Amino acid sequence: MKRHHPCGSTEHGLSRRAFLNRTAMGSVGLAAGLGDIITSRTAIAEQVQAKSKRVLNIFLHGGVSQLETWDPKPNTDTGGPFRAIPTSVPGMHICELLPHTAKQMHRLSIVRSLDTKNGDHARGVTEMTTGHGRMPGVDFPHLGAVTARSLMPETFVLPGHVLIRSSPGGRNVESEFHSAAYLGPRFASMALYDGNPPKFDDRPGDITDDADIRRNAVRARANERFLRRRRTAETEAYNFSYDQARELLANRHVFEISRETASDQERYGTSQFGKHCLLARRLLEHGVPYVQVNHADYDTHHENFDFHIEQLGEFDQPFATLVADLADRGLLADTLICVMSEFGRTPKINKTYGRDHWGTAWSVVLGGSSIQPGAVIGKTNANGTEVTDRVVDHGHIFHTILQAVGVDSMGEFEIAGRTFPVADPSRGAIAELLT
Amino acid sequence: MTANATVNPQQTKLLMEFKLDRPLTSCHWDPQSRFVFCGAEDFLVHRVDPASGEKVTLAAHDSWIRAFGSSLDGTTLYSGGYDGRLIYWPASAEKPEPSRIIEAHQGWVRAIAVSPDGKHVATCGNDRLVKVWDAATGTLVREFSGHANHVYNLVYSQDSRQLFSCDLKGVVNAWALDTDKPRVLVTVEQLHGYDTTFRADIGGARSIALRGDGGQIALGGITKVSNAFAGVGEIIVALVNPADGKLDLVLQSKDKVTGTTWGLAWHPDGFWVGVSGGGGGGWLYFWKGDSAEEFFRLQLKNDGRGMSLSPDGKQVAVAHVDNHLRTYSLV
Repeated sequence: MKRHHPCGSTEHGLSRRAFLNRTAMGSVGLAAGLGDIITSRTAIAEQVQAKSKRVLNIFLHGGVSQLETWDPKPNTDTGGPFRAIPTSVPGMHICELLPHTAKQMHRLSIVRSLDTKNGDHARGVTEMTTGHGRMPGVDFPHLGAVTARSLMPETFVLPGHVLIRSSPGGRNVESEFHSAAYLGPRFASMALYDGNPPKFDDRPGDITDDADIRRNAVRARANERFLRRRRTAETEAYNFSYDQARELLANRHVFEISRETASDQERYGTSQFGKHCLLARRLLEHGVPYVQVNHADYDTHHENFDFHIEQLGEFDQPFATLVADLADRGLLADTLICVMSEFGRTPKINKTYGRDHWGTAWSVVLGGSSIQPGAVIGKTNANGTEVTDRVVDHGHIFHTILQAVGVDSMGEFEIAGRTFPVADPSRGAIAELLT
Repeated sequence: MTANATVNPQQTKLLMEFKLDRPLTSCHWDPQSRFVFCGAEDFLVHRVDPASGEKVTLAAHDSWIRAFGSSLDGTTLYSGGYDGRLIYWPASAEKPEPSRIIEAHQGWVRAIAVSPDGKHVATCGNDRLVKVWDAATGTLVREFSGHANHVYNLVYSQDSRQLFSCDLKGVVNAWALDTDKPRVLVTVEQLHGYDTTFRADIGGARSIALRGDGGQIALGGITKVSNAFAGVGEIIVALVNPADGKLDLVLQSKDKVTGTTWGLAWHPDGFWVGVSGGGGGGWLYFWKGDSAEEFFRLQLKNDGRGMSLSPDGKQVAVAHVDNHLRTYSLV
């Protein structure tokens, strides 16, 4: 099913407008405070805005196999051909397809007991990223919107909710746009494609500074007149666009991974996912509260093992490098890391060596910020067909992420005189996972 | 068939069934017709005596086993696993224990080929290498690099002086054993596809065989893939001339059956035998090799994942997904 976008076919445009809107919030220019003048790792940590918390969500679209990642069951009827390897946490094993990540597991934890009772792509994406069961006619804000709304300082000039992904392909479950729902378009996602910065358009050379000021004054007067009659969240957001665009032009370097050192670019590799991870690091270093990196595709109904070699081979090293870098640069204590999918894959191997959709017993990885490092929460049975300890679902994960970055997930948002729960009040955080 | 035909494919019928505990992945008839060795979705080699039905397990691998070979006299079995190991076994021992364990490849061993003179065992795998081992001592004789992707299969030339290997993208390299550099024989484009929707490569020679006179290599796999992650594509066998790399013919099924050609053999009576599995179910195919379509095919009870021709050519063994090894009579 096609994900519903309230803005219809102009979703990309709205995303960009939302981005432009947010960038003009406040007058603290990045070029002055952060930018490329940051040289030392200590300096990076110190200069990230007021120790604010951040969320990095790696979304493995299509449904990554828990058996080929975080909950291997080697030499069982469901285990597949891969072996389990030890990690940097004594007693914790993960799949051999993640040798680099295995060395970072002392910084991460595994929740092995998700039972989301769902095998539908679109529903899974929605539920995992909103923390709510899907309800007809109800649009809940994306985790990124909730995070941005909760953590983004008023004076922050960059977008608070950034989605990094590949150019749209044929897949219809990999959203191009994350809805902010009732939180308003300021907190919707801005998408960056293929590791590239947004497309900036410089002011035409024949428009002088004076002319630019005059034309903006005309625009501001027109906007003001319009807003006296029709003021909505959207119109307020649009009103900032032009000023914000100018701020953005001044700070375009934030999105340019070409400014990273050659050695860093080499460490992250030449794959698109590697570039995306490096861009994510750059944005997190500049204090962006929510960064999501999508990696596709894991919907391996056929040749699951060959394709997981291919996909996880692309995922492993850049992800492990990013985790290590965040730790080395002093950012991990304030950055929540999550690796999620819309669901897992069936323990049963089908006749074409594939695994199908499976929401009954699967895994998510969390780390950083207030997440206890090196923990394993929950358990599945010997061949991974059911959860035997500590059943959780998308709601629990959502609460846990938010509480790990200091957000009162049991609280409420007040929007235009109405209250909305921050997260599904029927669920709570996985308390034993929080320090 | 030919005037001196010893078999009649149109008479092919199920002969025996042997049930194992897990879905099978591969099978291999030993040269003395005593056993059929099988790989399954476990970490064991299964030895089946088709006469008595006795089953013996051989344990030393740490992953699935998909590749087999035998010494010419059948005394030694060679198995290759997804643990990267090449293991030598005394094939007929009551309780076989490995006589040699070689850490052959980083990543999967995908195929084994034994030279027709019996002196060498060649392996290929996910480390993109082709390696040649001394059959008697297990010593590494040659290591060939040149493939840019996982190497899926390989076969020796009739004179044992060349190896032909095929990778994920259908690139067939010819390796002369007295040189280091590969000769790119041909890229069989029909054997590879890139699914732009799922952003993934699919292809490679999932099966391989040499014609009896050495004049043609058959490469089996999947083609015309419209959905890599659902396995929507048709079976294919590409016939390549090993002398000049010319693609002689592409064999298909009359009804464009969805699936993958998982097993291939050249029958001494002068035709190709193949087995398929996938969306279209399990089939045995018989192609004369002078036209694209089969002259006979037989629907099987279940999908095939591997096939081996008996030494006398009168039976084929098929590794099935439904936990069964089945033998089929061609007479």
